[in-house]
Amino acid sequence: MSLANLNPQQPKTAEMAEHMAEVKGRSLWADARVRFVRNKAAMVSLVVLILVFLFAFFGHLLTPYDNETIDWNVLGNVAKVGQPSFENRHYFGFDDSGRDLYSRVVQGTQISLMVGIVGAMIAVIVGTIYGAVAGFVGGRIDNAMMRFVDIAMSIPYMFVLILLLVVFGRSIGMLFVGIGLTAWLDMSRIVRGQTLSIKNKEFIEAAVATGVRTPTIIRRHIVPNLLGVVVVYATLLVPQMILTESFISFLGLGVQEPLTSWGALISQGTSTMNYGTLWQLFFPLAFFVVTIFAFFFIGDGLRDALDPKDR
Amino acid sequence: MLSFIIRRMAVAIPTLLVLVVASFYLMQFAPGGPFTSERPLPQQVLDNIEAKYGLDQPTWKQLLDYVGGIVTQFDFGPSYKYKDRTVNDIIAQGFPVTLTYGTISFVLAILVGGALGIAAAIRQNSWLDYFAVGITIGAQVLPNFVMAPILILVFSLWLGWLPGGGWNGGQWDHVIMPVIALSTSYMASIARLTRSSMLEVLRSNFIRTARAKGLPDRTIIWRHALKPTLLPVVSYLGPAFVGMVTGSFIIDTIFSTGGVGYFYVNAAFNRDYAVMMGLTILLGSMTILFNMVVDILYAWIDPKIRL
Repeated sequence: MSLANLNPQQPKTAEMAEHMAEVKGRSLWADARVRFVRNKAAMVSLVVLILVFLFAFFGHLLTPYDNETIDWNVLGNVAKVGQPSFENRHYFGFDDSGRDLYSRVVQGTQISLMVGIVGAMIAVIVGTIYGAVAGFVGGRIDNAMMRFVDIAMSIPYMFVLILLLVVFGRSIGMLFVGIGLTAWLDMSRIVRGQTLSIKNKEFIEAAVATGVRTPTIIRRHIVPNLLGVVVVYATLLVPQMILTESFISFLGLGVQEPLTSWGALISQGTSTMNYGTLWQLFFPLAFFVVTIFAFFFIGDGLRDALDPKDR
Repeated sequence: MLSFIIRRMAVAIPTLLVLVVASFYLMQFAPGGPFTSERPLPQQVLDNIEAKYGLDQPTWKQLLDYVGGIVTQFDFGPSYKYKDRTVNDIIAQGFPVTLTYGTISFVLAILVGGALGIAAAIRQNSWLDYFAVGITIGAQVLPNFVMAPILILVFSLWLGWLPGGGWNGGQWDHVIMPVIALSTSYMASIARLTRSSMLEVLRSNFIRTARAKGLPDRTIIWRHALKPTLLPVVSYLGPAFVGMVTGSFIIDTIFSTGGVGYFYVNAAFNRDYAVMMGLTILLGSMTILFNMVVDILYAWIDPKIRL
C-alpha cells in the first residue's frame, strides 16, 4: 500500500472522529438503565416492591388500631366475628389473640424487610471487603482466606444459626448476627473471582504503566467494575435473607412476641387454619410471596441489564 | 484424581472438627446448667448428678470423651431433659422417618426436575416449555413452610383426600404431602438448571457436528448431550441435600411426622443441649460427607475440576 492511497483517507477519518465526538457517550449505568426499563417483569416488580415498602412505612396511618390492643369482644370467637371487613376498619380481620391483623401485617412487613435488607447489607460490606482483599493481595494470604471460606461454607449454617439462637437467647439482634455470619461467604467468593479477572485486564495494566497509584486504581477502576455484580447479587440476597428469617421465625425460634414477622404470622395462620380463620394465613402469605417474587424479578432484570456479556 | 480426593478431604475433616468443637463449646456458653431447676438441689445431689454425666471433668476431657463415644460406639450420650432416654433412642425413633420421606423427596426432585428440564429444553418455546418455566418460577418462591400449609388447606381441609398429619408407620397417604412440600422448590431449581444447561449444550459445536453427521435426535440427546447437561445439576445436589435436611424441621413441625426435625426443634425449645448437639453433629457430618461425595463425583465426571 502506497502513501498516495492512504492520503485520501485521512480527511475522512478526521471527519469521522468529529462525528463521533458529537454522539454523546453513554455510561455503563445509563445503558443498564435503558435495558432495565425495557424489562416489563422487572418494572412491574419494582412498582410492586415500592408499594410494599410504602405499606411498611405508612400502612399504620390508614388504620385507627394498633398492633397490641386486644379486642376482648372478639377473643375466643375470632372465627365468627373476626373476619376482614371494611365497615369496622379491620381490613385484614383479627388474629387469633383478638388483635388487628392489618397492623400486625404492617409490623411484620417492616421487620421482615428490615432483616432482609440489613442482612444483605452486612453480607455485601463484609463479603466485598473480604473478597476484594483476597483477590487483590493474592498468593498465600488469598489461599488461606479462601480455604477458611471453604470450611465455613460447608458447615450447615441452619444448625449453627439455631444453636446460636438457643444458646444466646432468641432475639432479633442474635438473628442478625447469625444470618450475617454466614451470608457474606458467597459474596466474598463472587467478589474475589471478579477482582481476579479485572486485575489482569489490559486497562489495569495500562493504568499501572502510566503510573497511577494503587489506591486510585482500586477506586477508579476495580470498584466501579465490581459494583454491577455486587448490586445484582445483593438484590438476590435480600429475598434469601427474608426466606431464612421466615424459616426460623416459622419454627418459633426467630422474632419473638410482641414483635412479629412474615414467618411468624404465616406460622400462626397455619396453626389456626383448622378453625376456619383462613385470612390469618392468606394475608401474610400473600405479602411474603409477592415480595419474594418482586425481588427475584428485579434481581434477574438487573443481572440482564448489567451483564456485559449480553452486549 | 487421587490427589483431588485427598485435597477435598483436607477440607472436609477440618470442617467436621470445627463443627464438633464449635457446637460443643457453644453449649458451655449456654446460660444455666442442664440441671438448674426452679427448686435448687442440694449441692451433694448436684455433685452426684454431675459426676454421673461426667460434668465434673475439665471441658477438654468432656469433649474427648464425647467424641470418643461417638466414634467408637456411636454413642451420643444421654438426653438431659428426658432422664429415661438417650440421644441414641431419639435418633433411632426419628431418623428412619426422616430418611424415608427425605430419600423419596430427593430422588423425586432429581427425576421429575431433570425430566421436566430436559423436556422443556428439547421443545424450546413450545407450550411444554412455557408450562415448565412457569412452574419453576412459581415454585421457587414456594418454600416448604409455604407449600405445606397450602397443601394441608387444599387436600385435607377442602377436599379431605389426605390426612393432615401424622406418620402412621409410613403409610403412603401420610407420606405424599410431606414429600411434595419438601421437594417442590428443589424440583423447580433442578428443572431450571437442567433446562438452561441443556439449551447451552444443544447449541455447542459438538452437537452441531453430531447433527451434521445425521445422527437421530434421540442418540444425540441421550449419548452426547445428557452427560455435559447434568454437570451443573450434580453441583446443585449438595445444597439441595442441605436444604432438605433443614427442611425436615418444617415438615416435622407442620405434619407431625415425628422425624428428627421434630426432636431438634423441640430440643431447641427445651434447651436440651445434649439432643441438639447430638443431632447437629449427626446431621451436620452427614451433609459434610455428602457434599464431599458430590464434589468427588463432580470431579470424576468433569476432569477440569481436578486441577
